[in-house]
Amino acid sequence: MASSLLGNSPTDRTTPIHWLGWMLLTSVRTVGDAAIFTSTVALGLATRRSRSAILWPIFYEIGCRSMPVILITGGFIGMVLAVQSFDQLAAIGLQSRLGSVVNVSLVKELGPVLAATMLAGRVGSAMAAEIGTMKVTEQIDALQALGANPVMFLVCPRFLACVLLIPALTLLADGIGMLSGWYLSVQVLGISSHLYWFYSDSYITSLDIISGVIKSIFFGGAIALVACHRGFHCSSGAEGVGRAATEAFVCSFILVLAMDFLLGVFFIQLQHLLPSLRSPLL
Amino acid sequence: MSENFTPPDESSPIIELRGCSRGFGAMQVLRDISLNVYRGETLVLIGESGCGKSVTTKLLANLLEPSSGEVFWNGQPVSQMSAEQMRKDRLKLGYLFQGGAMFDSLSVYENVVFGLRENRKMSEADMREIAFTRLREVGLPASAAQKFPSELSGGMRKRAALARALAMSPEIIIYDEPTTGLDPIMSDVINELILQARSARPVTSIVVTHDMTTVKRVATRVVMLFPLARLPQNESQIIFEGTAEQAFNHPDERVHDFVHGISGKRLQELFAA
Repeated sequence: MASSLLGNSPTDRTTPIHWLGWMLLTSVRTVGDAAIFTSTVALGLATRRSRSAILWPIFYEIGCRSMPVILITGGFIGMVLAVQSFDQLAAIGLQSRLGSVVNVSLVKELGPVLAATMLAGRVGSAMAAEIGTMKVTEQIDALQALGANPVMFLVCPRFLACVLLIPALTLLADGIGMLSGWYLSVQVLGISSHLYWFYSDSYITSLDIISGVIKSIFFGGAIALVACHRGFHCSSGAEGVGRAATEAFVCSFILVLAMDFLLGVFFIQLQHLLPSLRSPLL
Repeated sequence: MSENFTPPDESSPIIELRGCSRGFGAMQVLRDISLNVYRGETLVLIGESGCGKSVTTKLLANLLEPSSGEVFWNGQPVSQMSAEQMRKDRLKLGYLFQGGAMFDSLSVYENVVFGLRENRKMSEADMREIAFTRLREVGLPASAAQKFPSELSGGMRKRAALARALAMSPEIIIYDEPTTGLDPIMSDVINELILQARSARPVTSIVVTHDMTTVKRVATRVVMLFPLARLPQNESQIIFEGTAEQAFNHPDERVHDFVHGISGKRLQELFAA
């Protein structure tokens, strides 16, 4: 009776109240399940070391094979920022400060978020689809039957790869964005190279770089956990796998943006509390 | 149900399902199933598609948890086992999945030694010895070891999966539709391998199949499940338990029609629906 009132099954969702009950139950169940999943991964990381034969191919797939897409998008973002900011700065006679606008935006926000978005799209969806396919084809059951813990075997190496490599990919996106922004500003828009770097150096603080890297660590962990969790809860058939991949991207992207906001607020507060962190980079 | 049938060692079921039910969402698949698997026997589960045979084997292997009821391994309830004990006990059980469930990203050799690498501290040479012995036993050439599952035919993939299941020298082997999708010759090869696995070592086998040739060749006991959707409320879902011969001569129309492949009544039901 209780389960019927709460709309525990799809056929029970006949009235708005039942539908609301079903939504509530599903949400609570998903959050609880995600929490258990995360704690299992944490336990796995703390108690068992993944074999290098399993780790390296995943590191290669997530790290090396993401580099081209990070380089291309990072390059374009740097140039877009320069083009878009130039006119507005020129209108108030501050076009020489273009380097600070481009590089601060890149290091604090766009580098980490861009790298995370690319990874959510390229790696997160692929991880969800791969694990989902393994579930549908009973490979996850086979892992269990052969005495391996599927979460530790499939999730821990992917979590480690995302957490360790997204910071590197973020720094790469920052670097290529700075260079492409510099190229466009100096070669096309006629800004002095010296002023471009001088103002960049004046405005970027060590905390900006560190906060970007710390953010990217959180983003990497969130992408890996969401993608693997969706894969493990994939429903049967090709449609189920496709849905898991889409959900992995959408959920991890929303989570990345929400975390970006919260961590951004946290680092601003930290900067106010510890003004010494505002010192220029060099 | 069971007529004049004496199981091999009735005193000690190696696996026991006691009053187990299992559903997925709103759909109930198994209702109050009680089933014993005895040491040394070859139990064959038959029944229409969707009647819950594969779910039953997954409950037996504790790859699924029952929504109610209890599963016992060697008399011990699995719900009370520690994770470590569960992992160790599960290694006594080999599982040949319906589609093989070979790990796509690993070679056949890596698939076969997977369980050994994860659970036994063995040298690579020892693992290699076991892997190639098992591959030879299932009739696969040594050259197949370096191939990936996607490069194998359906029959080869199933045999490779059987080699993987045998690599850990399990006490119990579960075969989920081992001959489905294979040609008659390859089906016969698989049936022969099931018999060989049984004669080579003291093993308990549980076979899920729709193939009556397999039933005749390998079964020491047959259990037939019936789909819950068409079962009267107070009738057991196990509608037959006995030998293969008893199954083929059973008076119950549902058992008779199934084992002889007669669609008559079912066809009428489908058209009426």
